[in-house]
Formats: sequence, C-alpha cells, structure tokens
Amino acid sequence: MRTDATKINERSPYTDLTEGLQMFSAGTAKNFNTGEWRTNTPVMDWTKCRQCLLCCPVCPDSSIPVKDGKRLEFDYDHCKGCGICVKVCPFDAIIMKEGIEP
Amino acid sequence: MSVKAIKERMSGNEAVSYAIRQVAPEVMPAFPITPSTEIPQMVSTYIANGELDTEFIPVESEHSAMSAAIGAEAAGARTMTATSSAGLALMWEELLLAASNRLPIVLTLVNRTLSGPININCDHSDGMGARDTGWIQIYAENNQEAYDNYIQAFPIAEDPRVHLPVMICQDGFITSHAVENIELMEDEPVKDFVGTYTPEEFMLNPGRPVSVGPYSVSNYAMEAKKLQEEAMERSKAVILEVAKKFGEMSGREYGLFEEYRTEDADYIMVIMGSAAGTAKTAVDELRDQGWKVGVLKLRVFRPFPEKEIAEALKNCKAAAIMDRCESYNGNGGPLSSEIPAGLYRSKVMIETVSYVYGLAGRDFRVEDAAGIFRDLRDLVENGKEVEQFKYIGLRV
Amino acid sequence: MKNTVEIRWHGRGGQGAKTAALLLADVAFKTGQNVQGFPEYGPERMGAPITAFNRISKEKIRVHSNIYEPDYVVVVDETLLHSVNVTDGLKEEGAIIINTPRSKEEVLPQLNGYKGRVVTIDARAISEQTLGKNFPNTPMLAATVAVTKVLERDQFINDMRASFEHKFAKKPEVIDGNMKALEMAYEAVS
Repeated sequence: MRTDATKINERSPYTDLTEGLQMFSAGTAKNFNTGEWRTNTPVMDWTKCRQCLLCCPVCPDSSIPVKDGKRLEFDYDHCKGCGICVKVCPFDAIIMKEGIEP
Repeated sequence: MSVKAIKERMSGNEAVSYAIRQVAPEVMPAFPITPSTEIPQMVSTYIANGELDTEFIPVESEHSAMSAAIGAEAAGARTMTATSSAGLALMWEELLLAASNRLPIVLTLVNRTLSGPININCDHSDGMGARDTGWIQIYAENNQEAYDNYIQAFPIAEDPRVHLPVMICQDGFITSHAVENIELMEDEPVKDFVGTYTPEEFMLNPGRPVSVGPYSVSNYAMEAKKLQEEAMERSKAVILEVAKKFGEMSGREYGLFEEYRTEDADYIMVIMGSAAGTAKTAVDELRDQGWKVGVLKLRVFRPFPEKEIAEALKNCKAAAIMDRCESYNGNGGPLSSEIPAGLYRSKVMIETVSYVYGLAGRDFRVEDAAGIFRDLRDLVENGKEVEQFKYIGLRV
Repeated sequence: MKNTVEIRWHGRGGQGAKTAALLLADVAFKTGQNVQGFPEYGPERMGAPITAFNRISKEKIRVHSNIYEPDYVVVVDETLLHSVNVTDGLKEEGAIIINTPRSKEEVLPQLNGYKGRVVTIDARAISEQTLGKNFPNTPMLAATVAVTKVLERDQFINDMRASFEHKFAKKPEVIDGNMKALEMAYEAVS
C-alpha cells in the first residue's frame, strides 16, 4: 500500500500506517526544520572561502547547498550546528558562534 | 486436476534442493552447517551445471546470510537461505528484522539441537528458539512434506495479505539424510504454481522510492508490531488457501495440522515432525488391539492454530503433548505451555500430559509412543498419577 | 517375503556401509517397493564404527526410528565383532552376513550365541580379485540381496549394470570388474 507520508502523523490509527513502516517518498527530511535544535551556529567568513567545497560532502545534514560549482550560504533551517564543516575547512573560513542565530 | 507424479527416492535434503532448482529463487546467500550443508552444496552443483541461475552468495557467517537475504529481498529479488542449529541462532537478530520489515524470505531449516552439550543431531530447539521472531513456521514429517512445504512457502510468504518470512523445517538426519520414496512434480507445474515474483514495492525501482526499516519512535513502533501480528493471524487463511490449491495440483492434502485416526479417539498424541510417523505406526498397532487412539500432527506451528487444536481435541479424554525441545522453565517445552493455554481459553477441560522426547537425536520408538498412550489410559481409567514433563528414553 | 524387511548394517566410517545401504534402497525402489535407507551419525570420523539401516516394504513406511530387532544384519568389517554386539535384537528366523575369510564355525563364538543363519563371505578377496582393490561394499550388497531376497537376482544384476554404466560413464573399464564382483558374491552365498 503506497501511502502519502505527509498524511501520517502521531494520531494516525495503526491501520493507516504502512507495512513495516515503509516510507514511500524521498527527501522527507526537508519537511522537518531540525535547525531549531542548534545550540552553536557556523558562520562563513566569505573573504577566506576559496570554494574548495571540502565542507559540502562532510555535512551530515546536507545543509551546505552547492550551485554552479560554488557553495552557498548555510541552510540554517536544517543545520544542527555540529561543527564538522569548521574542522574540515583548510582556510579557517568557518567559525562557530554561540547560540542559534548566525 | 492432479499433475503427473514422478516417482523417485531421495533424502530430505535432496528433495528440498530439487524443489529449489524448480522454484529457482533469484538470490540465495548461505553458510554451511550440519545437517543442512548438503542443500547449499547441491544448489551450487545445480548452478555449476547450468541447471539453475540463482545468484548464490557465499557469505562468511549466518548473520551475514540473513543480512544479505534481507537486502536482496528488499531490493526486489525472491530470496531464500538454508541453515541449522547454531546457524539459526547466529541469524537471530536478523530474523526479527526480516519479519518486521515484512520481507517474504524463505528459510529451509534442517532441525538440529542447539548446544550444549555440543551435538549434531535432531531436536526442535533451534526452530522453537526462534518461535517469537515473527516467522511463519511449517514442520515436515518426511521428505515428501519437506518438498511440498517448500513449494508452498513462496505463495504464502509473498501473498499481499501476509508479507512475512516463512521457515520450512524438517528433522536433521532423520529425514534430511534418509532416502525414502517421494513423488516429485515436473518443473513447469511447480514454476506455474509459484509464479513470477512481482513485489508491489521494492528498492531497485526507479521513480518509486521506498525506505525499508526506518527508525521508528515509540509513537509508531507499537502500531507497526500490531500490523505485523495481524498479518500473522491472516496468514492462517492464506496457508489453507495455498494448501488447497496445492492439493488440487499434487493430490496431496495439507492443513494446519493432520488428524490421524482421531475421529473417535479417547487418547490423542500431539506431535510434530518425523516422530509423527512413528506415533502413527503405534496408533495402527494399538487400534488393531482395540484401543481408540490417534495422532494430531502439528504442521503449522506459527501462526499457532490454538482454537483449531482445542476444537480437534475437545472430544478426547486425554492428550499427550510432545515437545522435542526443553524450555527450561520448569514446565516442559513450548507446546506444553501453548496447547493447555489454548484448551483453557476454549474451555476444553480434558486431561493433558506433557512429555519431552528426542532431545539431541535420542531415538523415539514405536514402543515409546505406545507407552505414552498406556500412560494416558492409566491416568483416565485407573486414576493413576502420571508424571508431567517426563523425559522419554532417559536412563534412570 | 513378509511385508517389511528390516536390515542393520555395521561398518566403519569411510568403508561405504552407508553407501551400500543407500544402494540397496535404490535397487529395491526400482522394483516398486517402499524403501528407507539411513545412517546413524555419531562422531564423523574415518574408522569409527557406524550403523546404517534399511526398511523395505510393500506398504508405506511411516516409522522414523532406528531398527532394534532387525531381520538381517550385515557386518562389513569383521573387526567390529570384537567391539560391537552385532547380533543385538537380531531375529533368529533372519540371518547375519559377515565379511570375513573365516568359516561360519570360526566366527560363531563371537556371535553371542546367535542361533539363526550365519553367512560368511570373503568380500575382500572377491573385491581384490575383480577390482584389484578392497572395496567390500559392492560384494556385500550382492550378498545381502542374495540372502534377504528383497529383489530377484536378474532384476538386481540388470539394475546394477545400468547404474554402473551411468555412474562410470567416463570410466567404462571398471564396469566389468564391478559386475563380476556382484555376480561372484551373489553365487558365493546362494
């Protein structure tokens, strides 16, 4: 039974759930703004960024969008503030700032 | 209309391997373990001879075998594996995942005791140990039933009302290595019966994404388990439908259990697997002496046909409940717990005596079965106290 | 022949007693009978004493236990007479068939007072003479068929020829030796 995942919630009766809780849509994590979990926030120093793109693949939450071969601003709706991008950046172009605001 | 029967003689392992060649599942990950080793060995021979195009994955353990089976089945391939004893125990964690992910994998289990003491011979402790893993379990009396049950396993597992894995069990060495007469079917009717596997949802399906086995918080997990339980309940009807269709093809009839000469029986022995044949022989001998005795051979252990068994036993005076497995709970084996519970819930208040027999290959003889019927008669007619949870054939 | 014939084989791991029991089941099956052929597995080791069993019947066989009161016993290795009670439960109207160069009188003291028929056959000599090697199970199979009469001689010989021709399709030179071994053993105990 292919079910619309957006119509299932914590009030759905068990009979509305899918077999084995299989999910039938891709990219549903986008619907959940996990950015609000953040306690520290990465901030770009664009003057230092050389667009090496090392930070993009290591982001566990796919929160560093890339367009036309260049990284863009963080997706703060989904960045949980783990700081891995800070560790991997060879140019110290990302710094962690206390608090949820960039 | 029955199809042509090919009269042959072969061992239980040969019979299952022959059925595997006919069904030709797409993937078979397996790791060898006595007494099921011959199955992957024979399958590999079929593949090497160009008679079978199954993708055989030689894995490094049974844990990996079941993991690979889960991956292959989720990807959309009809998948099976084979194992015994400690091999099944090593699959433990994955068995539960196969069931909760609702993957219709088929496992052919050649029952062997779980250590220790370390021993290679038959009892049901491996299958029984996995009784709460969510797998359908079907037990065979002989090579014929092992063959027939294997073929029926796929339509049961893959039915959209079920979507659960199925374990096809036969007794290690006693049937797996014994050559006996068998009636095989030709390849075509078997292939037609099983059909082509066309899962509704599978992972290698471009444009129709699906995630299998997602993390589920407490708000969802219990609901998923209830759905799984309902599928297990529904499978009972599907097992019977498949058996009926199989009977029309083969001329051999199967139910959730077989009732042998029980219609007017005062005393009934409930037993599973190869020893049921020995018990039937005892019944024939005692019937010749005027005793009203019968055998209820349990075929489908999961789902457990509780009400049906109670109904089948309600007119007898006493039943012997035979476990080829010890639960170490002070109350015999699993059947010894489940059958009386079912009788009580159905308000069938007959006498029951539980026995443990055949552990680690201890032989179960016609005289042993006859002695148990004598126990039941002594209990009912002479008011004699009969020992519960007695070990049959134990040296004392 | 009565409805069910039960046979117990005694041999040592690696000698082919199990194979002989399965072959006997095979040839009896071809006569349309119901058969069982099964080994009892103990420690799986070359040289360890092993037991194998046959039931051959006109009726459907349901029993799945070992055989305790056999009609016939076949001893493939006579050194077992020292260590195994081979006549245990053996019916006196039956027979014991022993692979030995010794005479019946010589082996009798080792048979625990068994009063039934005792058949001795030098399967080793027959095998060495016909096959050049000690493969006792082929002559023992023929002796067993001759004594138990679970099938007719001609049918047995013809079936075995067909099965050897299939089995040794790539080694036809051994077929004649095997057939000779069967015939010699059959005559020796008839």
